[in-house]
Amino acid sequence: MIKPVVDFFGEAQYARLRRRLFYLVLVLIVAADFLVSRDHTEYLWERLPGWSAAYGFGSCVLLIFVSKFLGHRAGLMRREDYYD
Amino acid sequence: MTDFVHPALIFILGALPIPFFTGPVRKAYLLLIPVLAVVAVMAIEPGSYGQTQFLGQDILIAKVDRLSIVFATVFTIMALIGTVYALHLSDAGQHVAAFVYVGSALGVVFAGDYLTLYLFWEGMAFASAYLVFAQGGGQAIRAAFRYLMVHVTGGVVLLGGILLHGAAAGSLLFGPVEGALDAGTYLILAGFLLNAAVPPLNAWLTDAYPEATVTGAVFMSAFTTKTAVYVLARAFPGIELLVWLGTVMALYGVIYAVLENDCRRLLAYHIVSQVGYMVAGIGIGTELAMNGATSHAFAHILYKGLLFMGAGAVIYVTGRRKLTELGGLYKAMPLTVALYMIGAFAISAFPFFSGFVSKSMVVAAAGQDHRALVMLALTMASSGTFLHTGLKLPYYMFFGTDRGLQAREPPGNMLVAMGMAAALCIAIGVFPGPLYALLPYSVDFEPYTGVHVTESLGILMFTALGFVIFLRALDPENTISLDTDWFYRKGARAFMWFAGRPLARYEQAVSDVSETAVLPFLHGSARTGMRLDLNGVDRVVNGVARSILDGGGVLRRMQTGVVTHYVLAMIAGLIAAILVFAVVWR
Repeated sequence: MIKPVVDFFGEAQYARLRRRLFYLVLVLIVAADFLVSRDHTEYLWERLPGWSAAYGFGSCVLLIFVSKFLGHRAGLMRREDYYD
Repeated sequence: MTDFVHPALIFILGALPIPFFTGPVRKAYLLLIPVLAVVAVMAIEPGSYGQTQFLGQDILIAKVDRLSIVFATVFTIMALIGTVYALHLSDAGQHVAAFVYVGSALGVVFAGDYLTLYLFWEGMAFASAYLVFAQGGGQAIRAAFRYLMVHVTGGVVLLGGILLHGAAAGSLLFGPVEGALDAGTYLILAGFLLNAAVPPLNAWLTDAYPEATVTGAVFMSAFTTKTAVYVLARAFPGIELLVWLGTVMALYGVIYAVLENDCRRLLAYHIVSQVGYMVAGIGIGTELAMNGATSHAFAHILYKGLLFMGAGAVIYVTGRRKLTELGGLYKAMPLTVALYMIGAFAISAFPFFSGFVSKSMVVAAAGQDHRALVMLALTMASSGTFLHTGLKLPYYMFFGTDRGLQAREPPGNMLVAMGMAAALCIAIGVFPGPLYALLPYSVDFEPYTGVHVTESLGILMFTALGFVIFLRALDPENTISLDTDWFYRKGARAFMWFAGRPLARYEQAVSDVSETAVLPFLHGSARTGMRLDLNGVDRVVNGVARSILDGGGVLRRMQTGVVTHYVLAMIAGLIAAILVFAVVWR
């Protein structure tokens, strides 16, 4: 049972289906975020449906590019024999 | 008194006979010890045990309360899982070291005074260092020496703090620090923060853990940092500094994880990040935050152990550890993939996995305490956690480019251990009740609200969207990253250069002066002095210089066996000390 599931995520033949399912899930999550009750929110942004989707995407992009900037431009990344 | 069996003693005394057993008997014995310890912790009653006097100081070997029971529970469970994972191992030394390590961690968790705490604290450092030495090879041995030196330094700082604090407070009993922090308590705090791997004192962790043995790293991922979380929670709740250190730490780990190519070093950076949530929770210090930090430590030990077991399984079967050299393993090891992913979902805090019910408590506590910035930063760190542990690492390790590696599933005991951890990750996520019941304060928190579920999924799945879009930017690169270990790795080299060049030259100049400028009637004594100089100082300085010029040559030439025996001797000495201690106490 486990192998077919793992294969589904690995095999190239399912790539289209994977992509479609993924986008469907994204749409459903945002849709659900509009439907849930927001009675106990404390902060302004929490009252905006879909804020978490935008924040998650933004965080991801920010982390990738800030890190890569620090790695390449600020010189954190070095050749593997740096300490030898 | 008789109804209390110290779980630390079960492990430490239980470690002694391991080398004398072989085959199935040893395996059964190895399993028996952690099972006994789990039972002992379940049977434990809150109270104070082993009060005595030592050098005029009050000693309290074990102080049992709700906080120590939570940590002891998860420590013994993880010890059982780790032992199952290591069951195939024939090297008795590693089993002994692992048990002494776990026992020492439990000793710290129950320690009622600073001297007992310190004794076990050092025990952890030496026993865990053995798990790195045991890997063998120059790289691991150098990392193990650095690990040991950092921890010995941290231990000295802690001891200095304990003595200063004891002199100021008049008691060495271990409890919440009262009043303003003074020099002694700052030193104690620094010693604790070092073991919690709080930047800039974090580099020992990410330096050493990936160099440890496959099974040793699983133990290491669980105990040292979480013991530090425990002592911080015990002594320093509500210290504002910790909120900010924890928040920075949570982001620090995920930023470095982007750059990392070594699979276990990437996971090690995520220990730094996850411990950040706990440190921040302790700093906030409200009941909800303390519950959050404690439950997150509980959940973290299990899922991080599982992740290290998954990465360890890959290293075990392929012999490779770099993401640039891995890929396409899903066909050969689907069970490992599935079990690893359960750990990844748990650390990323997907609904119905353990991280969801613990991490959200810390974030909610930050929100309730009106710390919007902390809350947003921790939420951003969760995005980074899923990005690396849940997407980047499995993609490049198991999927991605097929490197045509010969692989198979790891031995059955490894899979069983991963299965045990995975089952707990799901069980805690689906039924958080029993975990919540263990926590130090009563829990008034419901993780499964509609908005919390959709928000979490929104953060996580749109992180996945970012990953899909910017996949190429995340391709691992064949590099290492500079961290704060740069200061002592390069600093040591500068020191060696100084000893080799200027110091030697100065010494030469001094002997030149003594040769030429001294008056004839002093020649006799000058000659004596020079002889001393050439034979004594010269030899020392040149000896140091030569060993440095050879780089790590001396270390490299040292046989693995010799070094490991040396550490084993230290561990044996430690056991002996604890035995004497236990006997005297009784």
